[in-house]
Amino acid sequence: MIFLQLFYTFFKIGLFGFGGGYAMLSMIQGEVVTKYGWLSTAEFTDIVAISQMTPGPIGINSATYVGYSAIVNAGFQPAMGVIGSTIATLAVVLPSFILMFLISKFFIKFQNHPSVKAVFKGLRPAIVGLLAAAALLLMNSENFGQFYNLPLSDLRTFIQANYQFLISIIIFIVTFIATRYYKISPIYMIILCGIAGFFLF
Amino acid sequence: MGFYLQAFITFFKIGLFTIGGGYAMIPLIETEIVEKKKWITHNEFIDLMAIAQSIPGVFAVNIAIFIGYRLRKIKGALSMSLGTVLPSFIIILAIALFFQQFKDNEIVQRIFMGIRPCVVALIAAPTFRMAKVTKINRYNIWIPIVSALLIWLLGFSPIYVIIIAGISGFVYGKFQRKSDAS
Repeated sequence: MIFLQLFYTFFKIGLFGFGGGYAMLSMIQGEVVTKYGWLSTAEFTDIVAISQMTPGPIGINSATYVGYSAIVNAGFQPAMGVIGSTIATLAVVLPSFILMFLISKFFIKFQNHPSVKAVFKGLRPAIVGLLAAAALLLMNSENFGQFYNLPLSDLRTFIQANYQFLISIIIFIVTFIATRYYKISPIYMIILCGIAGFFLF
Repeated sequence: MGFYLQAFITFFKIGLFTIGGGYAMIPLIETEIVEKKKWITHNEFIDLMAIAQSIPGVFAVNIAIFIGYRLRKIKGALSMSLGTVLPSFIIILAIALFFQQFKDNEIVQRIFMGIRPCVVALIAAPTFRMAKVTKINRYNIWIPIVSALLIWLLGFSPIYVIIIAGISGFVYGKFQRKSDAS
């Protein structure tokens, strides 16, 4: 029964999916492509690309897409595919809800306990480091384009070769200054940078 | 407008603009929930982030659930997580049903070439604001620096960094209370 398997698989992924969307993707690949063969590797790669390009958490995007494709690949109508994506999405979120109940009950009861306070005192500076690491990890050629180390004497060739990289750096700096010092809303910046990308690339 | 509708719409908006993974949600929550709506404080937000990061599942959904539960228990958690999930669900379903060729579209690719570096900057900016809120000074600045380097250069999982930081805080607190008592 593919619908039950889908639910069970994505519940498991939600329950053991530590370490964010990308770590989850490799779990999804292991289950969906290798174990069950619901999708081919090429289809899965397409899903990863689309999950990254569309808004929303990668874990949700891929669950929705895999749920649909798995059912349609199994020979069902697209309408059943919609049910498949609903099942996969609900299943991947459900463990979070259950854990939230358990933890919130515990946290609200003990949040003023000196030991709990001490734990969070240790956690807060580390979270700042986590956020910095997230930004650093994303500063790669996939997001900024390739950098070619050419002599600056031939400025024209340098700019032509590194066009995407240079524009990306400018977008990065402008966005950083606009949100940090001028409190421009992140949503406006995303829209503006999308428009800039359309005209500049 | 009722609280639940407002909560749903706010997180729907956040979900709609979370591009490139859960961390991209942090600057949006910071602006919308902490600064504009003032539903939670900066410090509460950082604590909730620590919990959301330590449990499995989709980080962005975990955060929505925790903020919602903190404010209005189960109904709050439901309205906020539904708001977070629904935009992606609708968009992905529309793509799966009608535009399988979406990612090969040249216009879409150009737009995303502009958005990607922008999102990285959006994640970098709150790092500095949070450093201020968590009272990072020259005595404890090594903690975020070491945490970031462990993850960035040595490929440590953030989970381990959180566990180590939590245990260190616990042990440090125990010693401090002991020395206060004596």
